[in-house]
Amino acid sequence: MALTRTIPATGSSVPAAIYLNVAVSGLLTGLVYGLMALGLSVIFGVVRVVNFAHGEMMTIAMYLAILLFAAFNLDPLVMMVPIAGVLFAFGYVIQAGLISPFINRPEHMQFMLLVALAIIIVNVLLIIFGPDARNVQTSYGFDSFALGPLIIDATKVYAGAAAIVVAAALFCFFRYSRLGTAIRACADNYVGALVVGLDVKRLYALTFGLGAACVGAAGSMMVLLIDVTPTLGPAYTLLAFVIVITGGLGSMAGALLGGLLIGFTEALAGLLFTPSAKSMVAFAILVLVLLFRPQGLLGRNT
Amino acid sequence: MTARFGIEPRAAIALAALAAVLLAAPLFASDYLLTVLILILYFAYAGQAWNIMFGFAGQLSLGHALFVGLGAYMAAALYVHFGIGPWIGLVAAVAIAALCAAAIGFLAFRFGVAGVYFAILTIAFAEFARIGFDHFGWVGGSAGFFLPVATYSRNDLWNLRGNPTLFYYVMLALAAAALLACHALLRSRMGYYWLAIREDEQAARAVGINTFRCKLVAVVTSAGMTAVAGVFLAFYYNNLFPEQVFHISRSIELILAPIIGGVGTLFGPIVGAVLLTGLAEGLTVALTAFGLDVPGAKQVFYGVCLLVVVTLLPDGIWPPLARALRLTSRRD
Repeated sequence: MALTRTIPATGSSVPAAIYLNVAVSGLLTGLVYGLMALGLSVIFGVVRVVNFAHGEMMTIAMYLAILLFAAFNLDPLVMMVPIAGVLFAFGYVIQAGLISPFINRPEHMQFMLLVALAIIIVNVLLIIFGPDARNVQTSYGFDSFALGPLIIDATKVYAGAAAIVVAAALFCFFRYSRLGTAIRACADNYVGALVVGLDVKRLYALTFGLGAACVGAAGSMMVLLIDVTPTLGPAYTLLAFVIVITGGLGSMAGALLGGLLIGFTEALAGLLFTPSAKSMVAFAILVLVLLFRPQGLLGRNT
Repeated sequence: MTARFGIEPRAAIALAALAAVLLAAPLFASDYLLTVLILILYFAYAGQAWNIMFGFAGQLSLGHALFVGLGAYMAAALYVHFGIGPWIGLVAAVAIAALCAAAIGFLAFRFGVAGVYFAILTIAFAEFARIGFDHFGWVGGSAGFFLPVATYSRNDLWNLRGNPTLFYYVMLALAAAALLACHALLRSRMGYYWLAIREDEQAARAVGINTFRCKLVAVVTSAGMTAVAGVFLAFYYNNLFPEQVFHISRSIELILAPIIGGVGTLFGPIVGAVLLTGLAEGLTVALTAFGLDVPGAKQVFYGVCLLVVVTLLPDGIWPPLARALRLTSRRD
């Protein structure tokens, strides 16, 4: 019914194509969501700290991308690498300096610490950049690929592909490198890792840095998809939670799957209901997952 | 007497002096100071309510704005649409919040959702309500819901219409009642069950406590009390916007006072509310005086103070403060 109002009836295939377009575009956005959530999942899976400043860290990356583009006309997709590097350093310092003493404190104190950090980040950004929304206009911003009935934004394809590359790199790091193996050892058995002589503190800082780098990379892609304001952070922190819990906290593949699922349902809900209600569907999914599969879709049963 | 109420004589005298000052405050306080005091009492009250759920029973809620909002909208809707006064609306407000809390608690505890997951579930329900109320035309949707405002020649306690002094005394009574209620709850059978669950839920279940029922009672009590704060909020500010009332930052604001003051203590929420509201107002004054009043500057200082307090005082401010002032003989 909703469709007949907005789209002239030119044949029965039109609505189907619209649905397909929206679904694909949602899935591509979902890949970027997934990368953002991957950072949260990695941090929680290893350090066991819930990063309540995750979305805020993403806005830092988004503003860095905007600054670099405005000053030197550097493409956010290329700048993804140095921005991820900056966020890595930020995450490393935060974990080593601020969060480390809180590792064995109760969850609500960790929560307060990160909320305080989130408040500071949002408002420092507000002081520097003001409340207005900003974005990046790339030369390929209006390009699109046509694939049969499908018309897909080029920007989303690039961003989605980049998200897959970064996620794959991170996966390989944890799977095959010695450092990645050491970090996984810390996650599996904290005491055991200490006993065999791993520098857990440093590994935790590295992990937090890696999680921050993920969200940094996701942020520089996100600049291409949405406008940024300093107050964007909390909504994306929540979104990252929804994705990670849906996929399974601590599961890397789960974060990506959760991202795809949320991106997909958000896009379709925006089409079927109203765009402003789209995150309601995401929260409904979260509630259902928490109740019926609390470990998440791909989480291990504990 | 001392042993029975667990209060040191020094503390009793301090408390009586504080009560006298607070009762007399409208006589000498300016309207500005009075509104600050109302804010402090509001956060002390709401913090007390939240503290029942987390401080006593150990169930972390990060979505208490849900219960504030439900209470506020319920009482406001009854008043605007049906002319039903706030004191009757209060009953409906508490009922709806308690019902929602029971539903959330039932689902969460039945399915074994705990810890961080429970906290995020409460956020999810609050966010759900925020977006839902944005599209709920009967109470104004995202455009806001307004109570009729007029100049009142006299204070009308029955309809909660009047000047700040009226609201001040209402809030003072609520905060005092919450303190007494929490004091009584802590010394009740249920209170001891809650503390047992907070310390070790498995052990509590092993000694025969019906943990499911006790946790449910904590959630429902806390939500009902919080809804009362919502009714006050609606009639004090006369406007409600889903984006403000249900927002996650409201939930966080609500729990700052008890956490900073000291989780699970009776006076923690009060001390926290005084310090945080005082800090926020003080910062506004100081930053304006130094010409640094750019948007966001206040919140940055606020965040830094918060960071310092949680880093240096892991138990909150009240426990070490009470020891230093020799006001307690026990843990609280």
